[in-house]
Amino acid sequence: MAVQLAAVVGTGQTHHAAKRLDVSMAGLCREAVDRAMADAGVDWPDIDAVVVGKAPDLFEGVMMPELFLADALGANGKPLLRVHTAGSVGGSTANVAASLVRSGVHQRVLAVAFEKQSESNAMWALSVPTPFTMPVHAGAGGYFAPHVRSYIRRAGAPEHIGAMVAVKDRRNGSRNPYAHLRQPDITLESVQASAMLWDPIRYDETCPSSDGACAVVISSSATTGQPAWIHATAMRTEPTTFAGRDQVNPQAGQDAAHALWKQAGIRDPLSEVDVAEIYVPFSWFEPMWLENLGFTDVGQGWKLTEAGETEIGGRLPVNPSGGVLSSNPIGASGMLRFAEAAMQVMGRAGDHQVDRARVALGHAYGGGSQFFAMWVVSSEKP
Amino acid sequence: MTKPLSAPLEVGFDYTRSLGPTLSRFMTGLRQRRVTGVRGSDGRVHVPPVEYDPVTAEPLTEHVDVASTGVVRSWSWAAEPLEGQPLSTPFAWALIQLDGADTSLLHAVDAGSAEQMRTGARVRARWAAERVGAITDIECFEISDEPGDPSVPGDEVTMITTPVRLHYTHSASPVESAFLRGLIEGRLLGQRCPACGKVYVPPRPACPTDGVPTTDEVELPDRGTVTTFCIVNVPFLGQRIKPPYVAAYVLLDGADIPFQHLVLGCAADEVRMGMRVEAVWKPREEWGPTMQNIDHFRPSGEPDASFDTYSQHL
Repeated sequence: MAVQLAAVVGTGQTHHAAKRLDVSMAGLCREAVDRAMADAGVDWPDIDAVVVGKAPDLFEGVMMPELFLADALGANGKPLLRVHTAGSVGGSTANVAASLVRSGVHQRVLAVAFEKQSESNAMWALSVPTPFTMPVHAGAGGYFAPHVRSYIRRAGAPEHIGAMVAVKDRRNGSRNPYAHLRQPDITLESVQASAMLWDPIRYDETCPSSDGACAVVISSSATTGQPAWIHATAMRTEPTTFAGRDQVNPQAGQDAAHALWKQAGIRDPLSEVDVAEIYVPFSWFEPMWLENLGFTDVGQGWKLTEAGETEIGGRLPVNPSGGVLSSNPIGASGMLRFAEAAMQVMGRAGDHQVDRARVALGHAYGGGSQFFAMWVVSSEKP
Repeated sequence: MTKPLSAPLEVGFDYTRSLGPTLSRFMTGLRQRRVTGVRGSDGRVHVPPVEYDPVTAEPLTEHVDVASTGVVRSWSWAAEPLEGQPLSTPFAWALIQLDGADTSLLHAVDAGSAEQMRTGARVRARWAAERVGAITDIECFEISDEPGDPSVPGDEVTMITTPVRLHYTHSASPVESAFLRGLIEGRLLGQRCPACGKVYVPPRPACPTDGVPTTDEVELPDRGTVTTFCIVNVPFLGQRIKPPYVAAYVLLDGADIPFQHLVLGCAADEVRMGMRVEAVWKPREEWGPTMQNIDHFRPSGEPDASFDTYSQHL
């Protein structure tokens, strides 16, 4: 396995907003990078290599971020890699950086992920009119809504679960000073009264469109304060469509989770994991991914949500940061999950800190639920 | 084998860029017929300015105005200018070190002919009459020993627009072309994987599960079952039907994978998982090599399919 240990020693993120018109892409990245380096107590000479991730090229019309961001990312004279796995890219980027340290190739690696959604239109970027193909007629959330309906039918889940997740994540987001949406007064009733966009998905159950960036410093040894030791990383992929594909509970996600728990030596995730940051861009994906990750049996995920066990203070707090439902700079969203997992076990999560969080999951998915990236971090060495 | 079908694919978007303090200063300068670089930690003046020092990676803040005249350091002749390039007549791409700068700027030189170009030639900026705060505010450079034009007042620039236009020819695979040619005749032609026996419609050149080429053509009926769906209530760019309407996954009888299509012909809230539907074709004279020959699916009136018949296709 790993040649040497690896730990997150610093995390940083921007204030996320619909439009960060005050900065360039380079400036946006540096806001996150400077915070991560300060948090880690390291400087540029301490960094051996840089890994950068962003959303698909058409999303902001930037094909080679590694080219024009090399100065801003302090990468001159160092290895610089770009990672590309759609919406899961932030997680994959952190995992690639972790593997560069765990493999013994480097001692300290900076990982950065970003997106300026305001510079383009993600919905347009997702609907390029390829000749001979049938237009989907459904728009952004229309891809996932039918699969949410399938989940509700298969699990027999009551209709209010989606709204419960939205209330929890937005209230958590109101404790996070970096979150884009901060809605402490949101209620089940207000979510249920919001417009039904792609039935069964309501407006308040969808993520915002954000500008933002995130960075983590991964090191083979501790720098300042409590590090987040990386116990396991996993990534799996499957095609967008094939006959018999399970779109609700994708095999690639199950396989990644299985490999992750095994590598981390975790037999019972629900008992052994203290907090989970799970990629939930539409609220119903909380129960769906709880099942896919093996926290519950198939069809039982919604019961954990309904019982309030995924709230801060519950048995498995999910998305104490507010999650993707509170901030969604797509290219950075996966890394924000990974960084929050680290912040929790480092004890640096401020007002959204989960008490006695020692083991945390960071999770991201992308494309048509086909790219999965996840890690387990802990306050204890492996 | 008959030739695969192909068609143009045009991708275009006007991306916006927020500039941040350093690039904003540069673009504002251009609007004012002024070129502003930035001094690096080693004393070099970078033009165009860089936001972060190439040596120390620290943010750079010492802005330095340089001349709009300079020297050609290297060049290449563009004999046949392309769409979107600075000049429509033959010109030189040149690396130009402006007076006062330590780095070179890439721009066009309107030299008339390649014989007029040489490394070491003195050039001056030809400014656009209407300037917006963009690198194209310098139309090009011209070979000249004359001093540059004086600067003029102009508003601050904090955002620019960078249009991207991509022109592709998109080709369908041979198997997809056969499917599309079938559609011209109102036929739905799938392919069966010889290994797993699954029927794909639209067909794939190879089975995604087994990786083997598909070989057996299978003609499918134009009726099937709604596996799952959403009701679209939200208007969006490019939408062709007024919401609410149903975007559904339809599993044709005999197929092993559903595709997305519209279900109309009943109230949106009457559509259900398992509903049986049939294709409503457009008038024959409108048919082409496209699934849009089927305008939509409508309820067929048959009893709903049982969950077991489609639960493996969700």
